[in-house]
Amino acid sequence: MNTSTRDDAAAISARGLYKAFGEKTVLDGIDLTVQQGTILALLGPNGAGKTTAVHLLTTYLRPDAGEVRVAGWDAAKHPQAVRRAIGVTGQFSAVDGYLTGRENLMLMADLHLLPKRVGRAKAAELLERFELGEAGDKPASTYSGGMKRKLDLAMTLVGDPKVIFLDEPTTGLDPRSRRTMWDIIRGLVASGTTLLLTTQYLEEADQLADRVAVLDGGRIVAEGTPAELKARIPGGHIELSFADRARLEAAASLLDPTGRDDDGLTLQLPGDARVSTLWPLLRRLNDASIEVEALTVHTPDLDDVFFALTGRKGA
Amino acid sequence: MSTLTATRPTAEIDDRRSHALVHARIMLRRNLRHLLRYPSLTVMVTMMPVVFLLLFVYVFGGTLGSGLGSGTPVGMHGGRSAYVAYVTPGIILMAVAAAAQGTAIAVAQDMTEGIIARFRTMAVARSSVLTGHVVGATVQTVIGVAVVTGVAIAVGFRPHANAADWLAAFGVILLLTFAVTWLCVGLGLSAKSVETASNSPMFLTLLPFLGSGFVPTASLPTGMRWFAEYQPFTPVTETLRGLLTGTKIGDNLVVTLAWCVGVAAVSCVWSRRLYEREPKPS
Repeated sequence: MNTSTRDDAAAISARGLYKAFGEKTVLDGIDLTVQQGTILALLGPNGAGKTTAVHLLTTYLRPDAGEVRVAGWDAAKHPQAVRRAIGVTGQFSAVDGYLTGRENLMLMADLHLLPKRVGRAKAAELLERFELGEAGDKPASTYSGGMKRKLDLAMTLVGDPKVIFLDEPTTGLDPRSRRTMWDIIRGLVASGTTLLLTTQYLEEADQLADRVAVLDGGRIVAEGTPAELKARIPGGHIELSFADRARLEAAASLLDPTGRDDDGLTLQLPGDARVSTLWPLLRRLNDASIEVEALTVHTPDLDDVFFALTGRKGA
Repeated sequence: MSTLTATRPTAEIDDRRSHALVHARIMLRRNLRHLLRYPSLTVMVTMMPVVFLLLFVYVFGGTLGSGLGSGTPVGMHGGRSAYVAYVTPGIILMAVAAAAQGTAIAVAQDMTEGIIARFRTMAVARSSVLTGHVVGATVQTVIGVAVVTGVAIAVGFRPHANAADWLAAFGVILLLTFAVTWLCVGLGLSAKSVETASNSPMFLTLLPFLGSGFVPTASLPTGMRWFAEYQPFTPVTETLRGLLTGTKIGDNLVVTLAWCVGVAAVSCVWSRRLYEREPKPS
């Protein structure tokens, strides 16, 4: 069981995962480790391979090469044991539209072989917790997107999984539902659950995750805590916008901009939000009588990380 | 970590045996609930054979009954009442085929539901989803057959069958249902769309026409007669007809059993393989 390279205590670990659909390589050898009780965000644009990674880690698909261990079990040798330990909420709502919300939850309870009484109590508790109490006895096909997503996650929780996979849990949700979802996710991890979520929202990874793995074109291009990733890119910058082209030109010749946008009438300068940086800059502009419309200080966020790592703008 | 690794590795094997039945029962309940909540498909596949029965008895029955010749049921002298007796076994087969067509549609539809993807990442016995469909479909078919037999009796079908004959007839119908349902589960699983799933089993509802279901095979042109005599629905029709109306069964029962067991076994293996194959990336 023990090899020096493998972290057997990790809740999720993957080594050299490779998957191709026909000619197209979707995952090109990725390694992942998620420690128990933490959240890993798998961050990447559409088509990066996030969903395929979740499919391989949850035994939905089999990898062409590589090894997956979840909750101590080898997914290739003991898929049912892995399935028993995990809960998965996919990108597309995995609810039975013909059944009511309560019946969907009861179906899960039955499949987990919970006694009827326990199942009923659990269904009622989850409907309450996910604010689905009123809709609980209506068919799930009548639910809104946000409600379906909540029911979907509630169904995942019926079996008290130790390891949860959420594939883009907040895509398509309104801001309020998204906050609710974040609170639920934080609550899960607080109770010791391990979580892997995928997202295209950098803010979401920043908000929720202990560690972030950036996936691009089937490869992990960076991994670390949100703070570590932010530290990997140069500091922030100051952006000045002007009312017209003449002022832009004047400022550009006076200062030493690192970037300029003639259409947007903006200049980028190196610098940060410290007064000692801003004061001399404003004084020089004032002395030259160049009027500035607006000044914004841009601190690095995961968008910058993503841009720096992949050469493309994030979502 | 002890909680994660305490389970014995053999637990998986124990599970597979003991949970398969429980899970199949849960899936069956799910399918029956679908039938109850959205009865339109059941009503449609039940009404179809009833409409054909009424059409054939009241519109064509007078003429067809007089032309049955050697196919005239025992103790009958042609005409509409003779034709009711003649056509009912064929209509029962049509009811089985129509219900199976409904099963193909239901299976194809179900496979597009996200919940099937969820089952694949749960510790659910793999076979249970299909078993639930097959048993659910059998219940639906038995209801359809009961309805159409009831209507047949209402319009003058007077079977000469004792309790043992009825029981045997029921057994034959169940076996046929089992075979065509598995076949249609496979058709439903292999269909790329729900529309395909609804069209591909259509030939099953036509087979009673191209056999001895509606007219004696002797009255058909040579090529068609050859097909009619060897296609599987003919021995099933003849067996049912014999059990219910007292015509000669001969080796039809054995041929029926062979066909049903064969089709069921092949379709079952085929369907399970289709279900086990790696799902397409979404």
